[in-house]
Parts: sequence; structure tokens; C-alpha cells
Amino acid sequence: MLKDITIGQYFPIESVIHRLDPRFKIIMTLIFIIMLFTGDSFICMGISAVYTLIAVILSRIKFKMFVKSIKPLMPFLIITAVMNLFFVSDGDIYFHWKFIKITSDGINVSFLMIIRIILLIIGSSLLTYTTSPITLTDAVERLLSPLKRFKFPVHELAMMMSIALRFIPTLIEETDKIISAQKARGAEIDTGSLTDRAKNMVSILIPLFISAFRRADELATAMECRCYNGGEGRTRLRQLKSSPRDYIAFSVTILFFVSVIILNIFI
Amino acid sequence: MNNIIEIRNLHFRYDADGENPSPEILKGINLDIKKGEFVAVLGHNGSGKSTLAKHLNGILTATSGTVIVGGIDTSDESKLFQLRQRAGMVFQNPDNQIVSSVVEEDVAFALENLGVPYPEMRKRVDDALKAVNMYDYRLHSPAQLSGGQKQRIAIAGIIAMRPECIILDEPTAMLDPQGRKEVISSVMKLNREYGITIILITHYMDEASLCDRVVVMDKGRIVLDDIPVKVFSQVELLRAIGLDVPQVTELCWELKKSGLDISPEIISEEECVKALLKLFNEKEFLK
Repeated sequence: MLKDITIGQYFPIESVIHRLDPRFKIIMTLIFIIMLFTGDSFICMGISAVYTLIAVILSRIKFKMFVKSIKPLMPFLIITAVMNLFFVSDGDIYFHWKFIKITSDGINVSFLMIIRIILLIIGSSLLTYTTSPITLTDAVERLLSPLKRFKFPVHELAMMMSIALRFIPTLIEETDKIISAQKARGAEIDTGSLTDRAKNMVSILIPLFISAFRRADELATAMECRCYNGGEGRTRLRQLKSSPRDYIAFSVTILFFVSVIILNIFI
Repeated sequence: MNNIIEIRNLHFRYDADGENPSPEILKGINLDIKKGEFVAVLGHNGSGKSTLAKHLNGILTATSGTVIVGGIDTSDESKLFQLRQRAGMVFQNPDNQIVSSVVEEDVAFALENLGVPYPEMRKRVDDALKAVNMYDYRLHSPAQLSGGQKQRIAIAGIIAMRPECIILDEPTAMLDPQGRKEVISSVMKLNREYGITIILITHYMDEASLCDRVVVMDKGRIVLDDIPVKVFSQVELLRAIGLDVPQVTELCWELKKSGLDISPEIISEEECVKALLKLFNEKEFLK
């Protein structure tokens, strides 16, 4: 049951998007987000939507998956739309009752907001759907590496991230075992009131924490045995190489970005 | 110099200079191990065998006495990384020594730390994976592998450093019989084909019986140090310190005790069958 949880929701299939250099993917996602927030008209949103659609089709990931990622954020989406609908007071008034006003601008802004957030979710899901967590960590480490000069612990953070990712399945398996063991001793985990259940969680969390600390201690020794001494002078097995494909994708992204900016100025 | 490991009068206690030093765990160990030897270290829980192992690559350092591994004194901190490269260590729980979520990256971990350049690293990682028969799994996640496979990955991660000596601290204790077999045959292959010195700490007698030499420890001292047949024929002594002997040895020993003419220096089933058949034939001849 717990094993089915996949963190980061990576779908390992073959596609052009999957094969892009993760560093470029991260940067393109950032540009895409900026593009979404600079675009202030339906035409700009339309261009962003086309860009998203092309990327989604190229990724060969089922559209259903993106719908799934939007669903949990629906309430947030609706609240944002309603807020914008009622509190933007410029433009023609369509409806007026006491302090509530619905105006043409309000409708426009709330529609734009909905599209913007949906595209934002799809775009960022696309990054995690097509890049394995470990490659993502690696790319973040390399992108942030200039910060090392300012004593920012880039390598340490990336190492922590990748060890955390490595131990997620191990600890999930362990949690399963502890739950079974506690159930066998008569612990009621799935029943009772909310406070009862919270109290019963303690009987799972404490053994889990103890074992996690023991694992951490052993792992540290094992890492020292393999000559680990921080990020200084390390080489890497995973070589990130950018190919023409990455530059093409990047140019296309810039093209879309520039057109959004130009349209924004002239319309 | 033919000895890869030279231990002279090693004493050890935890927190020796602190406020509450522990009781002495190692009480004067003297041990020489030759290059290319395959040595098993046996002992009951608390006999000090794991503590001894941790002295061999500088995780622990002697309270008094010296430990020299591959010509390096383990108390010399400036040579710690050279030492650890020469004497690799594999632990009991494979889950707690694998660092990366991709098999080949885990094998490369030590090489990345040592700053080995990429082409050389690639070659060494592939060689190490082939040596333990795990090359086909190089892109898998360790979570998808069995215990025996994970332990072989851990071993590959050590041999990628090209060590002269590997210390395995109960590497099969958490594995199923199939996994144990895989790990032990990989280790034997490393010893026979690559000439790597192996120190196998174990409490499985059948594993120890495959080695060239068996060292038995009890209460921080070495009590026996000989070839497997000689060690296992000391049934009474082994029992007294809480160790079992291989079943066939025990059988022969009991038979001898009840007056039959059979050697207790038997550790494999085939030898045992041969000896028993011989015994039967003689009996029939007497009739």
C-alpha cells in the first residue's frame, strides 16, 4: 500500500523532453513561469498555452496525468477566481448588489488567472514527470554551483537531497513492517477518533526514528570507508552534456518568451 | 614484505582517555595476514571480532599497540584515505551502505570522492560490476534488488577502489541462503582470480570452512589460528566459547568419541561420506 507512493512522480518513458539536459529544463521552466506572469492578455496566454501544449505532446505523457495534478488544487483555483471576480472594480459594471460588483475587467482577470495557474501546474508537473529526482538534484547542484563562492553549501544540500531520495523506499518499507508489527501486538491504527489515531501514530514514529538514526550512523561510517570527505575535488560519473537538441529547445522557449513580451507592449 | 596486515600487541577500549573508559575489548591481539590469503574470523557475539575489523581501515585506532596495513600505520591520520583505498570494508546491512539511487553511481561513489577522472572511472565501475556479475543491473535502483544483489553492489563499490584487501563484517548475516551463496562465491572469485586478500568475519561455520585459514576469537583474544580442519577438530574448545562446528565434523567427532576409528578432521560432506564408507567396508571385511 505505502509502496505505491511515488515521490516526484517521474514517468520513465522515452521522449524528446525526457532526453533534454535537466539544467536546460529547469531554466526553461523558470522562463516559462516568468512568461506566464508577464503575459497580461488572452493572446499572451494563448501563446503560453500553445507552448505548453507542444511540450506536453512531445513528452508523450498522458493528458490524464496532468488533469490529475490539477485536481487537488481546484479549491485554490476557484477561490482565486472568485476573489478576482468580486474585487476588481474597473471596467463596465454588469452586476451590482450592495458591496459586490461584477465588472468586465473582473471577469477578464479571473479567467486569465485560472488559465495562468493551470498552465503553471502543467508546466511544473512536466518538469518532474520527465526528469528523475536524482537527475533533478544533480542539475540543481550544478546550476547553483556558482554560489559556492559565497560559502553556500551547494554540494552538501545536493548530497542530503540524494540520500533522502535513496532512503525513501527503504523507510517506506520499514514503516510498513512497523505498522504490521504494531498491529500484531494489538495497536489500533486505522480506527478510533482523530486524536486516538494521532496518539497511535507515536507507536509507529518512534521505532521509525530510532531506526533512521541507526541507519544514518551506519551510512556515515560506510561513506567514510569509501573516502568521502565533502565536495572538494570530487569528480562525477554522471556527465551532463548539452546537445544541439537542448539549444533548439532553448531557442524556441526564448522565441515564445520574446513574442509574449512584444505582444504585451503593443497590445 | 609479504604481510599485508601486521597487528602487534593491539589493545583497545572505547573512550580510553575519557571519563568512563569501557572495559578492554581487545586484549593484546597479534596477527599477521599474508597477501592473497582468505581468512575467516570467527567468534561469538562480543568476542571483539567486529572491533578488530574496524581497526583494519582506521575507523577505530589502537589504544596501545600497532596495526600496519599495506605498509601504512592506521594511526597515521594523514594517510587515512590511502589506507581506506587499500583496505575496503563491507558491512552487514546492504541497505545502510548504499548511497545512491542508481546502482552504477553507487559503485562510482568512492571513485568520485577520490577524484578519479571520468574515462578511468567509467572503466573501473564497469569492471567492478562485471566482477560481481551485476553489470546488467547497472541502471537499476537498489530498491528493486534482492539482499544478495545489494550486498554484491556494496562489494563492487569497494573493489572499484582497487583495494589490496577487503574486510567483510558479517556480510551474509541478513541474507537468505540464495543471497549468501551469491555473495560468498563473488568473494571467493575476487580472492582466486584477482588475488585480493579477504578477511571474512562471520559466524557461519560452513563459510569459514571454505577459507584458507580460520582465526577464532573469544573475549578479546585470539584463541585458535590455523587451517579450517585443524580448527574445527577442536570441538570441545569451540563449544566452550559458544561456537558451533560444521555438522559433519560434529558427527565424526561423536563417532570417534564412541570408539570408532574415524578422523575428526573432516569438514566437507564428501570427505565425511568417504570416511564413513571406508568404515563400513572395513567392518564388513572384519565379519
